[in-house]
Amino acid sequence: MATLVEKIISRAAGRASVKPGEIVTCAVDLALLLDSGGPRRIWPRLKELGVGVWDPDKIVLMNDHFVPAVDAQSAAILKLTREFAAEFGIEKFFDMQGIGHVVLAEQGLLSPGMFACGGDSHSTNGGAFACYMAGFGAIEMTGVVVTGEIWSQVPETIRVNWDGELQRGIVAKDVSLRLCRELGMDNAFRAIEFGGSTVREMQMPERTVLTNMAAELGAETGLIEADAVTVAALEAAGQEVADNVLTWCSDADAEYLATHDFDAATLVPQVAAPHRPSNSGRADDYCDVYIDQAYIGACVGAKLTDLHMVAEVLKGRKVASGTRLLVAPASKQVMATAAADGTLATIVGAGASLLPTGCGACAALGAGILAEDEVCISSTNRNFQGRMGANSSQVYLGSPYTVAASAVAGRITDPREMLY
Amino acid sequence: MSEVNNVELQADPIEGSAWVFGDEMNTDNMAPGIYFKEPLEVLSQHCLEAVNPDFAKQVKPGDIVVGGLNFGVGSAREQAAMAFRHLGVSAILAESFSRIFYRNAINFGLPLLLLPQAKEIQQGDQLQVDPVSGLITNKTNDKIYKVEGIPEHLMQMIRVGGLMPWLKEKYSVSE
Repeated sequence: MATLVEKIISRAAGRASVKPGEIVTCAVDLALLLDSGGPRRIWPRLKELGVGVWDPDKIVLMNDHFVPAVDAQSAAILKLTREFAAEFGIEKFFDMQGIGHVVLAEQGLLSPGMFACGGDSHSTNGGAFACYMAGFGAIEMTGVVVTGEIWSQVPETIRVNWDGELQRGIVAKDVSLRLCRELGMDNAFRAIEFGGSTVREMQMPERTVLTNMAAELGAETGLIEADAVTVAALEAAGQEVADNVLTWCSDADAEYLATHDFDAATLVPQVAAPHRPSNSGRADDYCDVYIDQAYIGACVGAKLTDLHMVAEVLKGRKVASGTRLLVAPASKQVMATAAADGTLATIVGAGASLLPTGCGACAALGAGILAEDEVCISSTNRNFQGRMGANSSQVYLGSPYTVAASAVAGRITDPREMLY
Repeated sequence: MSEVNNVELQADPIEGSAWVFGDEMNTDNMAPGIYFKEPLEVLSQHCLEAVNPDFAKQVKPGDIVVGGLNFGVGSAREQAAMAFRHLGVSAILAESFSRIFYRNAINFGLPLLLLPQAKEIQQGDQLQVDPVSGLITNKTNDKIYKVEGIPEHLMQMIRVGGLMPWLKEKYSVSE
């Protein structure tokens, strides 16, 4: 009679069972630290406390936000992160290998039932692997790194079911943008569990889009129950799969705060207008919006599957004159595979600019920042005012298909027009 | 001594002028990415400037911030919560808070209270807030609100100034 998140928290807290609202102390199985809010904010505190890290093997460290350095400040932050890895013997240090959330999945470092904390709001990405993974500020990650523990208020679980087959050109990103409108962004201290036949049919990269954007729903985390797709992904990443892996799912009689059911077959491409992800609607309602920039990037929107969507649209087409398409693949592995399979040739051949791997313009940290009044459509997850640059810039969110189609048309476009 | 400012925490109850903001004030507004590499002294001067350019310049130590729904929505950046402490804000009242912002603020010793009637508060109202009892008095119009106080396990950390002072006690580090 427990939900998945309750089972994981029970285990991490060493309890037989827990109830929503209870405050418990959990042992942390994995702590993800990023250059942005990691060593540069945590190390001075460790020095102040005169202590080291609790377990270097349970810490995963990434240089992904300020990469590659665009100025001396960024360079100093990256250098400090490298020094931290050396000082504390952190072997799982991925320096400019890609965006942390994507690299964690590629490296097979997440497994069902795990209780994981990340120093970045989109740490919810990891919940697609049937683990608890949530985002925390650097101050709390300091506590985690020192003690290996964190207090948690057991969240209520909201179950979200999508059933039926998505039409061609409609993907997990459209599901997420629609959910932002339906569920709102104010779901603090709740976990969102995604299920239904549509979700079960999705492979891991698409599943992580749903859990990644649980952050936009304001949720504690998003989770998806373990199944054959999860197991196949773990095996592909070279992980030894535990015998009990399929037990990491909710009980049939688990109690949910609410259950929402959606029909996948009737979903159309979604776009979120400035300045919030919940401000979403049909993409074709925005076809009079001309764009200066189209951006493919971020943990949520530049995985290999996302680049394949972009190439599918761009094949035999060109980016509109007066519009620029920027593509920042989510990891080096994505970059290498997309180079080998011809995807990058198609994208660059259509006139796109290829950017380095990293968090980049999504959070106005790297190349692709917007000027005053510029309009951008982006495959990223957040479009708050000023997030990608100047305060008066306008960011629309869409799927990789929608962003690519809009780049070709020079204005926001329903990608189904370009997919046959 | 706190790492975020030199203003001593007020003894409860807290008193100050209200700075009123609307719904969904996000962390990109509070700690803009384009100033993200700057030290907190610089970053905090841009706190909420896209919404109210006067706020960071004119807010006085002890003032109380009042927000609408989902205050602090967005990223995990702790500088969003730190900016308020750095500017001397003594408490934040809102209709609801985003989870990470709530946890960050508490960890910096900044009390947050849920006030469903937050939209009744006007800019500049003189407020008195008792974070333990949850008693909020608007001294400008003598309206009194009773909300949920902050749980004792969190107050213990807030009283010593947040997570770092609390960890220092745990690891017996002298100031």
